[in-house]
Amino acid sequence: MNVHAIKAIYLFEMARTWRTLFQSVVSPVISTSLYFVVFGSAIGSRITDIEGVGYGSFIVPGLIMLTLMTQSISNASFGIYFPKFIGSIFELLSAPVSSFEIVLGYVGAAATKSIILGLIILATASLFVPLQFAHPAWMFLFLVLTALTFSLFGFIIGILAKNFEQLQIIPLLIVTPLVFLGGSFYSIDMLPPFWQNVTLFNPVVYLISGFRWSFYEISDVSVEVSLAMITVFLAMCMTTVWWIFKTGYKVKK
Amino acid sequence: MRSLISINNLSKTYASGFKALKGVNLDIRQGEILALLGPNGAGKTTLISIVCGIVNPSQGSVTVDGHDIVSDYRLTRAMIGLVPQELTTEAFETVWDTVTFSRGLFGKKADPAHIEKVLGDLSLWDKRDSQIMELSGGMKRRLLIAKALSHEPRILFLDEPTAGVDVELRKDMWRLIRDLRHSGVTIILTTHYIDEAEEIADRVGVINKGEIILVEEKAELMRKMGRKRLTLELLEKISSVPSKLQPYNLDLVADGGQLIYTYDTQTDRTGITSLLGELHAAGIRFRDLSTTQSSLEEIFVDLVREPE
Ligand SMILES: Nc1ncnc2c1ncn2[C@@H]1O[C@H](COP(=O)(O)OP(=O)(O)OP(=O)(O)O)[C@@H](O)[C@H]1O
Ligand SMILES: [Mg+2]
Repeated sequence: MNVHAIKAIYLFEMARTWRTLFQSVVSPVISTSLYFVVFGSAIGSRITDIEGVGYGSFIVPGLIMLTLMTQSISNASFGIYFPKFIGSIFELLSAPVSSFEIVLGYVGAAATKSIILGLIILATASLFVPLQFAHPAWMFLFLVLTALTFSLFGFIIGILAKNFEQLQIIPLLIVTPLVFLGGSFYSIDMLPPFWQNVTLFNPVVYLISGFRWSFYEISDVSVEVSLAMITVFLAMCMTTVWWIFKTGYKVKK
Repeated sequence: MRSLISINNLSKTYASGFKALKGVNLDIRQGEILALLGPNGAGKTTLISIVCGIVNPSQGSVTVDGHDIVSDYRLTRAMIGLVPQELTTEAFETVWDTVTFSRGLFGKKADPAHIEKVLGDLSLWDKRDSQIMELSGGMKRRLLIAKALSHEPRILFLDEPTAGVDVELRKDMWRLIRDLRHSGVTIILTTHYIDEAEEIADRVGVINKGEIILVEEKAELMRKMGRKRLTLELLEKISSVPSKLQPYNLDLVADGGQLIYTYDTQTDRTGITSLLGELHAAGIRFRDLSTTQSSLEEIFVDLVREPE
């Protein structure tokens, strides 16, 4: 295993993170604060507690997940797309590194960054609403697994993307709707039965449900199912990445 | 000398269906400087890219120090440094960071002293904290060389190292290449400049339309392929070449003041002695004579010229 290479990629990507940390942090923090103002205070005051949790507190896990997913995707997709775009990827291809090591470096750095952002959002949220941490270890597990899964997903997008539009469109077209329809702002129980069933096809539901459970011990689906589902998504993303590298698709000529 | 890189029957067909390499065989020797010459689109970059692992071969195999580049890629790639043709670098990173990154990527433990030496050798030490986008084109090219040398490779590929480089820097580059060879690095470079190959290469390979059409010791090549021209400055102008001298295919130039005899250095008999004898017999006297050897450039143009 080329440990030096993994470290080099990871540190290089993290250096990019520190350089752009301010931009990266400011926008999610502002948008989260806005969510609290709009949903938490203005609308939330008219919504009754959900299973004993105030609406403002209820939406915190979903908001963190929203940031975690979008950031993981954009960090990882950009991280690998950019060298491809400017051509400096030649160095990566000519280096004595396996695809596994490349993925570890890039995805590890992207996930680290989004976890840091997730924790910053959590800290921001704690300024607005009371929070509870029923199962901190589970909470962290969900945080890490989600960050990894979506960073891998982002990595795949970055490798397949042919231009900057494609890089942007998938998060916008797929992730945002899934998160909004994934129970970030409501409990699945609040939907009509038909839509409750449709929702179960949305992977994000499982993530948010499990994550929320680690805060307040309330969930739409059982935490074991949540964990199993996220593991499945993670495995799916890993397989896809493995397949991409195995076939050399879009990377090597 | 031992062969360090062996390229066997290597072919490349791009996804577009274009055959960029057609059964290339080439042995690169330990410690030499090999110059690959060839017109645009000949397949030089493709060949290098395959050896370095950037492009997948369609057919054939390459070994580096006895290791296959596909199955033993970790071993082979760790030995190789590559300076690409295009100036492809990041933009916002600093010179120091990007060179340090390259070293790590190639599996070497951090060694600031070595990075310092490399940056010093390439006159980039003052720029170590600059962002890459602040560098000029020539500096970027040197930076790419620094990156390639960061992991102390045994083999260095330079794809057109002196394209778009000023005369001064070109000379520096040649000096650097010679110094590297002196320290035991095997160097393969591509170039369009014949004088560059003539200046620094030990051997010259000519590639055209995906085929290696010749690989020779530079000196041997020039001796073998080189035709010499003997120019005779006549004492008195003549109007035509006497018929007895027809077999020599002489050219009468400079208004009848010069006779030019072109001969092949390879043959046992150059015919000079007999020519001079015939001239004497014909009463043609000359006051000076000189010989010139054709340059690699002329050889090269001959080689890649389309058959009519
Ligand atoms: N990705 C690709 N897809 C299809 N054809 C390609 C690709 N890359 C190169 N080629 C073709 O292969 C041929 C060889 O290209 P290559 O870059 O190896 O030439 P070269 O000898 O390096 O030329 P130059 O001196 O211009 O750099 C060219 O005809 C080129 O158009
Ligand atoms: Mg080229």
